[in-house]
Amino acid sequence: MSRLIKRGYLALVLLFLYVPIVVLIVQSFNAGVSRAKWQGFSIKWYIDLFNSPAIMNALYITVTIALLSALFATILGTLAAIGIHAMQKRQQSLMMALNNIPMTMPDIVTGISLMLLFIFTQVPRGYVTMLLAHITFNIPYVILSVMPKLKQMNKFSYEAALDLGATPGYALRKVILPYVMPGVITGALLSFTLSLDDFTISYFTTSPLVQNLSTLIYSEARKGIKPTMNALSALMFVALLVLLLAVNRRASLNQDN
Amino acid sequence: MSKFSFPPWAVWLMALGLLAFIGMVAYSIRRNRGVKRTLFTFPYGLWIAVFTIIPLLLIGYYAFTDRSGAFTLDNFKTFWDSNYEMQKQLLDLGFNPLELGVARGNVNVDTLVYSLWMAFLCTAICLVLGYPAAFFMADRAFKLGSTLVILFIIPMWMNFLLRTIAWMSLLEDNGLINTLLAAIGLPKMKLMYNSQAVLLGMVYNYLPFMVFPIYNSLNKQEYRLSEAAMDLGANPRTTFMKVTLPLSLPGVVSGITMVFMPSVTTFFIPRVLGGGNTEMFGDLIERTFLMADNWNVGSALSLIMMVLIIMSLTLLRKVDPEGEGGSTI
Repeated sequence: MSRLIKRGYLALVLLFLYVPIVVLIVQSFNAGVSRAKWQGFSIKWYIDLFNSPAIMNALYITVTIALLSALFATILGTLAAIGIHAMQKRQQSLMMALNNIPMTMPDIVTGISLMLLFIFTQVPRGYVTMLLAHITFNIPYVILSVMPKLKQMNKFSYEAALDLGATPGYALRKVILPYVMPGVITGALLSFTLSLDDFTISYFTTSPLVQNLSTLIYSEARKGIKPTMNALSALMFVALLVLLLAVNRRASLNQDN
Repeated sequence: MSKFSFPPWAVWLMALGLLAFIGMVAYSIRRNRGVKRTLFTFPYGLWIAVFTIIPLLLIGYYAFTDRSGAFTLDNFKTFWDSNYEMQKQLLDLGFNPLELGVARGNVNVDTLVYSLWMAFLCTAICLVLGYPAAFFMADRAFKLGSTLVILFIIPMWMNFLLRTIAWMSLLEDNGLINTLLAAIGLPKMKLMYNSQAVLLGMVYNYLPFMVFPIYNSLNKQEYRLSEAAMDLGANPRTTFMKVTLPLSLPGVVSGITMVFMPSVTTFFIPRVLGGGNTEMFGDLIERTFLMADNWNVGSALSLIMMVLIIMSLTLLRKVDPEGEGGSTI
């Protein structure tokens, strides 16, 4: 009985989380524009989607920014984490405190402060400023993913490599990097998804001419969202789901071996 | 993209930073016959100085100056003073005075109090809903725990704006819920454009952030501790109150932090699901910056919010000094 209650409760919570998503996906196959009435099955919104230059352009900007910001943030963050790890206690806690600032700042303050910086330095807001902003909010998460791996590592293995004649660069590549790689990958994936979903910071650091999906949706929200957006998010949802299942499958295969 | 250009002095500054970095690396190679690892932090240090510290200083600068750049505390006075000019300015921009200015004595303070109250309610509801969910998931007899974690993460991949808009089609006057109600012969309900709808949207968006840390701290708990308590004669209730719950507190604290912080600064949700008098502090800041175009007051509001958040963080740190429940994914 109590087992039933537990499962029922979890099912209810999940239902709450999934109802709007199911609604969204169902709407994307609705022939009419009406949000509530079912007017027959159609894939016309999916066809519209690929013929809409605004959405395709926003998709391109969103994905390239997510990829580039994840790449830069991962490189900078991993380097920084290795550096911070090698520091003395006091410097280390100073750097970690600095690293915490962007994470505790509310998104809206991060966005506005960067907007002020770009206006103050007369850098026109657009693609590059949005990319810089995304790198900025991603780096701390990379550091936080890599740091635990560095701490777990036996600190003598690096020194052993040096004693055995490895140059510091060689030891870094052959000892430290392979060990922290899972953390690096976690950080990169986290950065990618954070960047993909970001709205607030992008909103303040780009111009109306360069829009990612979130800011495009925001500007259309007042006019009423067209089902084409639903179609796009349904597609992205399925793509991410497949990606996750593939990653999971790989992970479980690796475990079996 | 093509129009992008840095002002010349910024280019010089970046070149100088790069040169300094290369110089330091070269110096350290000559001295130690190897790159000092601490130097790897240098690019990030530079990055954080330019993109975090300087922007924050800029907010501080605008908060304490007026439009001409002279020092002033008026921006903070605007926050307390109810009959201030800015309110009129905002009202002139076409915001209904009945909904914004007159119905509430002081737009800014009321908005802040309202935001804190909404954030508190949202956090409380998330805790009440999320703790049992995390507890059932972490149950050792329940094998699907880790699968459910993924099921909790997946909805967050759907763009958060679209998820919020999806609620509109459920809650609207002619939306799904009301259509269902009508179908079974019940009267229609007014579900949108009020605080409850905003609260629903917030709980919907932030609930996973409460579940993950609590699940983590329950999951890594030594299950033998509660078994030992049972063996020593405690009933399940006592075991939970004296062993399981206290040990899961770090997770609860970090869940509260992760829900409360973004809740206070919620932005967009009130605009979609709320009505005229459900504006929250995040929206107020955005409106002050972009619509009223008043950077000085906007910066002062941002500073006030930062101070509030730092205060509540320090308070929470006292309960969970290790930041243990912190890791989520």
